Amino acid sequence: MKFLLVDDSKTMRNIQKRILTGIGPVEFAEAGDGVQALEVLRGVPEGFQLILIDWNMPNMDGITLVNRIRATDKKTPLVMVTTESEKSRIMDAIKAGVNNYVLKPFTPETMLEKIKQTLKIAA
Amino acid sequence: MQTQLNQAPKSRISSKLIMPFVKSTMNVFTTMVRIKPEIAAPYLKEDGHATYDVSGIIGFSGGLLGSVIVSFQMETARQLVNALVGSEIDTESPDFPDAIGEMANMVAGNAKKDLGMVTNIGVPSVIIGRCHIICRLTGVPCIVIPCHTSVGDFAVEVNIKLAA
Repeated sequence: MKFLLVDDSKTMRNIQKRILTGIGPVEFAEAGDGVQALEVLRGVPEGFQLILIDWNMPNMDGITLVNRIRATDKKTPLVMVTTESEKSRIMDAIKAGVNNYVLKPFTPETMLEKIKQTLKIAA
Repeated sequence: MQTQLNQAPKSRISSKLIMPFVKSTMNVFTTMVRIKPEIAAPYLKEDGHATYDVSGIIGFSGGLLGSVIVSFQMETARQLVNALVGSEIDTESPDFPDAIGEMANMVAGNAKKDLGMVTNIGVPSVIIGRCHIICRLTGVPCIVIPCHTSVGDFAVEVNIKLAA
């Protein structure tokens, strides 16, 4: 499986990698913001099985990235991983096309459960 | 220099702006770092020096203006970062301030939903150095939330006000 991790914090990307290796053999690609993420996506024509996206990032934020991805790709599962927990924000993300939402801070168990749930529904 | 909250003018300090950060600090460190802090009585800070030597700073805009700073003793920062990341991080490497910034980001971000208004938080800045001074909003109290852990102390400094 190939996952793309999009977060301006390398710490958060490393935490996600550490937890998500619990799913099985996974290759990770990374991006520090939405602009980089789009470049990564252009360079990987076969795509990813899952993309995890932070909300607050420089250059291009997560919700803008979700909108850009969904303009041409309705299928790849997108999971928002963010501190933005107001109902209006969650609704905005769902309307934009995310498949699941993980609130920071999270336990490894919560992250794994949400990702497995997302992959199961997408399969 | 500090003033106990019960001696400070009540009209200028709202617990509605402080309690979300108390709750958020407990949540972030207990859940993500797996080290539970003991929160001590908040107090009013009257000088510009950061409480400790490592500070993660998050700016607020929109409904609230100002900043929140999570300030750590250096050794405490090192141990909390290692616990967060799950491995030894060199304090000289860029990964160290990145982790500090992420902890500050989660404390501020997690508090947002309980602040009662639409507000935005910026990307974190990190300052490392003894006795650094941080310029804060003038005329706005800075409330310090002291936190004690098994690996040392840190503090959450809240310097925010309602936007006009």
